[in-house]
Amino acid sequence: MNEFEQMYREVILDHYKNPRGHGTLEHADAEAEGQNPLCGDEVSIYVAFGEDGETIDEVKFSGRGCAISQAATSMLTEMVQGRTATEVAVLDKDELLAEIGIPLTPVRLKCAVLGLTTLKVALHKAKGTPLPDGLAGFDELELT
Amino acid sequence: MTAGPKKLDARALRADFPIFLQEIHGKPLAYLDSANSSQKPRQVLDTMTTFYETSYANVHRAVHVLGERATAGLEGAREKVRAFLNAPDVREVIFVRNATEALNLVAYSWAGNNLGPGDAVVVTQLEHHSNFVPWQYIAKRNGAEFRMLPLDDQGDVDYSGLDEVAQDCNVKVVATNLVSNSLGTIADLAPIVRWAHDQGAIFVCDAAQAAPHMRVDVQALDCDFLAVSGHKMCGPSGIGALWGRGDLLRAMEPFLLGGHMISSVTYEKTTWGELPHKFEAGTSPIVEAVGLGAAVDYLEAAGLDAIEAYEHELVAYALGRLGEIPGITLYGPPAERRAGIVSFNLDGIHPHDVAQILDQEGVAIRAGHHCCQPVMQKLGVPATNRASFYLYTLPEEIDQLAEGLYAVHKVFA
Repeated sequence: MNEFEQMYREVILDHYKNPRGHGTLEHADAEAEGQNPLCGDEVSIYVAFGEDGETIDEVKFSGRGCAISQAATSMLTEMVQGRTATEVAVLDKDELLAEIGIPLTPVRLKCAVLGLTTLKVALHKAKGTPLPDGLAGFDELELT
Repeated sequence: MTAGPKKLDARALRADFPIFLQEIHGKPLAYLDSANSSQKPRQVLDTMTTFYETSYANVHRAVHVLGERATAGLEGAREKVRAFLNAPDVREVIFVRNATEALNLVAYSWAGNNLGPGDAVVVTQLEHHSNFVPWQYIAKRNGAEFRMLPLDDQGDVDYSGLDEVAQDCNVKVVATNLVSNSLGTIADLAPIVRWAHDQGAIFVCDAAQAAPHMRVDVQALDCDFLAVSGHKMCGPSGIGALWGRGDLLRAMEPFLLGGHMISSVTYEKTTWGELPHKFEAGTSPIVEAVGLGAAVDYLEAAGLDAIEAYEHELVAYALGRLGEIPGITLYGPPAERRAGIVSFNLDGIHPHDVAQILDQEGVAIRAGHHCCQPVMQKLGVPATNRASFYLYTLPEEIDQLAEGLYAVHKVFA
């Protein structure tokens, strides 16, 4: 496979067309919205914690955007299921990028981490967990 | 081709542009992103290199021969821009970095000192952010109103609310583009310019997307300020021009302060220099200005009317070719009312993905909101794809785009 074929490899397109965890949670314990104004990607993340109030029981996302942003967020929802807020707050973006498994140009990297960054903001708002160090490098992203 | 004094030979002109000597991903380069920034002909590049090699020094201050040559080069470029815009007086041509800086200059130095509560700035929904955000900001800062004329469902500006605005407030500034960078619409500005002047307002024209593609005449437009960017019209980046009416410019406070823009400086008081120097603080982008002058020569030789006619042809061809693509939505007015810009979306495929796959086919387009988020809000999309053309664009590049869009469909099938 050349670089380009990898970028749109089957698994990315599958997650894009059939996103996991797509939807909203009416009574979310944590939520945040993220936008990438560069290309207009939008992601809203909703989190429900388990009985311990710490372990992620369910993650849903809604939004629209390019294949990379939506597929990466879809993969993320599977990746963080069952982890604690504290763990996810320090989840290295490289772990997600490894899962995505394709080379990304700097512009597309912002698409890929939009969901993860938004999730960390949601956890920060709900639990006071630290914001990602890398946020400084993604200051084009609008997070609320 | 409509009848004109000169017919454009795009194939011959294209040979002037060294960028096309390369392949991209093993394919010929189809550069359809000229509305973003144009490519540069050898004539411009050679002029700049020769200037650096033979005539470079700082301008205005030096007594030596290189200083004289450099000053003559800068001021010669100013005269070329004056003639290009049919400005009455060369001192009314201010060199700036780009149209954005030109519009900020007017927003800060004119509007910033003339707007107050009860006053209003009027723009349209079709503006580039550069002709939107500075006005929004200055109006708010000065306690004035900021009003936007909306787009109708055809994507044209709806002027019907103008008189209502005039009833509510004292309109001081009307700022609109001549050619839209997102939809390519060529505006008929005469009625709104007249209306602005009837209100006692100044009319500010963003011609960044017009000047490369059609004859722009500040006297025929009857505007008060007009902004252009060099990099969109075969010139280098880092240079643009503001034209303003002399009486307005003379009455204005300066924008940037420092060297060169002064008449005299003492501890107690500084007085401003004459036009254009009052608005050109610091060392100018000298060689960029000379390059812009060479770009003006290049466009004049090709013929602005010929460029405009050729782009209408390309747009008509593109609308036909792209119209055949399944799932495509084309935005903007009919070919005869638009410059060489075609914005579109493929159903269910984000423009970033479209542009990335097209890149692999050697096709460069822009994908995004084109610094026109209010337009995207009207279209109800986060972004569009935009193919844009210029005097070196060939019909086969549009064919390559159409083929590329079939490749996009294949990936997302």
